[in-house]
Amino acid sequence: MSISIQSIHKTFGNYKALDDVSLEVPNGSLTALLGPSGSGKTTLLRIVAGLESADDGPGRILFHGENVVGIPAGKRQVGFVFQHYALFRHMTVAQNIAFGLTVLPWGKRPPRREIAARVDELLGLVKLDGLGRRRPHELSGGQRQRVALARALAIRPKVLLLDEPFGALDAQVRKDLRRWLRHFHDEIGLTTLFVTHDQEEALELADQVVVMRNSRIEQVGPPQRIYDHPRTPFVYEFLGNVNKLTLRDGGTRYVRPHEIEVKFAAEYDPDFDRLAEVQHLFSAGPVAALSVRTEPGEFIEVEISRKQLDELALSVGDQVALSFPPDPTDPEGDWTGDGAAPTAAANDHAVEWNI
Amino acid sequence: MSHREITTESRPVRVLLIGAACAVVTVFLLLPLIAVFVEALRKGWEVFFESLRDEAALSAVKLTLTAAAISVPMNTLFGVGAAWVLTKFRFRGRALLVSLIDLPFAVSPVIAGLVWVLLFGSHGWFGEWLDARDIRIIFALPGIVIATAFVTFPFVARELIPLMESQGTDQEEAAVTLGASGWRIFLRVTLPNIKWGLLYGILLCNARAMGEFGAVSVVSGHIRGETNTLPLHVEVLYNEYQFSAAFACATLLAMLALVTLGIKTAIEHLTGHTSAGKH
Ligand SMILES: Nc1ncnc2c1ncn2[C@@H]1O[C@H](COP(=O)(O)OP(=O)(O)O)[C@@H](O)[C@H]1O
Ligand SMILES: [Mg+2]
Repeated sequence: MSISIQSIHKTFGNYKALDDVSLEVPNGSLTALLGPSGSGKTTLLRIVAGLESADDGPGRILFHGENVVGIPAGKRQVGFVFQHYALFRHMTVAQNIAFGLTVLPWGKRPPRREIAARVDELLGLVKLDGLGRRRPHELSGGQRQRVALARALAIRPKVLLLDEPFGALDAQVRKDLRRWLRHFHDEIGLTTLFVTHDQEEALELADQVVVMRNSRIEQVGPPQRIYDHPRTPFVYEFLGNVNKLTLRDGGTRYVRPHEIEVKFAAEYDPDFDRLAEVQHLFSAGPVAALSVRTEPGEFIEVEISRKQLDELALSVGDQVALSFPPDPTDPEGDWTGDGAAPTAAANDHAVEWNI
Repeated sequence: MSHREITTESRPVRVLLIGAACAVVTVFLLLPLIAVFVEALRKGWEVFFESLRDEAALSAVKLTLTAAAISVPMNTLFGVGAAWVLTKFRFRGRALLVSLIDLPFAVSPVIAGLVWVLLFGSHGWFGEWLDARDIRIIFALPGIVIATAFVTFPFVARELIPLMESQGTDQEEAAVTLGASGWRIFLRVTLPNIKWGLLYGILLCNARAMGEFGAVSVVSGHIRGETNTLPLHVEVLYNEYQFSAAFACATLLAMLALVTLGIKTAIEHLTGHTSAGKH
């Protein structure tokens, strides 16, 4: 089911938390709301869920073309996973998952045995078989997260909303769970909107990335396109390490460390290149990172492969020539890009994610 | 070892401080308790049981239990309702309401009693209206219940507000998105999460309801065998120089205190929750 958000405004007191936000979430997509803390991501998610109401006005929210503004949260059939899971502490895992079914009105409530079967099915789906009788406090962070997901899925939601689903987990669990979620999404195909402030997470996981800043949407697009063709300096900086260069004409441009080409000083082309001196060398990873200083005294971070580092046989103090790619934020530049299709990070169904 | 690291006092000073604390506890808390039992039994068990079986004493016990049985459930309902409204919703004047809840603690119990006399006494605002309909509030059970309920109103709410505030509204919101109605959310999510705090509040509320003297004394009229609660009965006996009988009845109140402390400790033990000293 697609979600269409149209000119939504939200004001808290006299603070504008959302300023004319419009967004299309295609049916079956996995869309990331990415932005720094306080940019309005959670607020937008809560408004879609019906936990918060948008300011009065022409703003609309459509689920599959149907306006849901005014429909209470409990009737929207959204699966919402809270940032800190919000599991019912006093209930077992199975009772948590069954909750949405046990509170259905008399006529619609499935018989007990059916609920139990559905809970078992969901436990299997989120790879928590056999843990139904545990209590939330007896689970790890990653497991709690998946209980919250199973609980949200129990009501057969039309859309799934996740607020910083990996925010409270440590790095390794986070990575595993992230791949698991991508895989999981591909399997069940539920339209999913998730919030994150981690660009790596958004780029790796989503089909569509929505960059938010200061209560507004800054750019929307597939991860690859956003990364390669950021529309604003903010998006450029937010999506990863970036150098800010002062141009000869006094303007500025951005360039990522790995986009810079490093050559022998002898190959210096005064029309396009810059000369620089190697200040530091970090080669203890898959790629080598150089910190260089250009003639006018700017410091630039550069990443090259280990192989190239060996070929150049660089050491601190050496002179190199740097050459830069065309500026992708250049309005005349190739902004439409090729918009490469999202790479499904985890389509290998044989993989067992160890979380 | 860790003690040495966190305290800077020298050993003799520490011993002195601990000794002083023990002395204070003994003199102020333990000694009176022992005195109650010693005085009660001074003339032997015979007299002790005789004073408890006395008709006026039994009637006082009954009245105390009745007043508590009405005012404690009433305050439980009010307290839970107030805490729910004050912590799960944001609205204007919320802070004012939170501090108003403490009013009965801030007001002298005597004033708390006099207010009701002023309102419902025969010379009070509604006195004539009530007299005309033959409704007695002051110097009768309703007055005692009202005064007790007023004085003990904050206990449940005060226990629950910080608890519910710290729990936030996440779980309730999760229940909302899962389609639960407000009432169901309260019964299945909120109530189980606050049950120990609630029990604790009810316990303190009950202890105070049964022991209240000041406010009840003003509205009761001290009618022996009719409007004397247990604490009032103790005072009456004492003023009549029936010391043993007075202390015998006082042992009941002392026992109430001990039982309350016991249950309170058990709750804290069960939940790891220590809110002692909040009141
Ligand atoms: N209930 C609220 N009352 C007042 N201000 C709020 C409320 N919820 C959010 N805000 C404000 O709105 C802004 C956006 O918040 P939020 O949507 O949570 O940001 P994000 O999830 O992107 O970090 C923040 O400045 C926050 O303080
Ligand atoms: Mg947030």
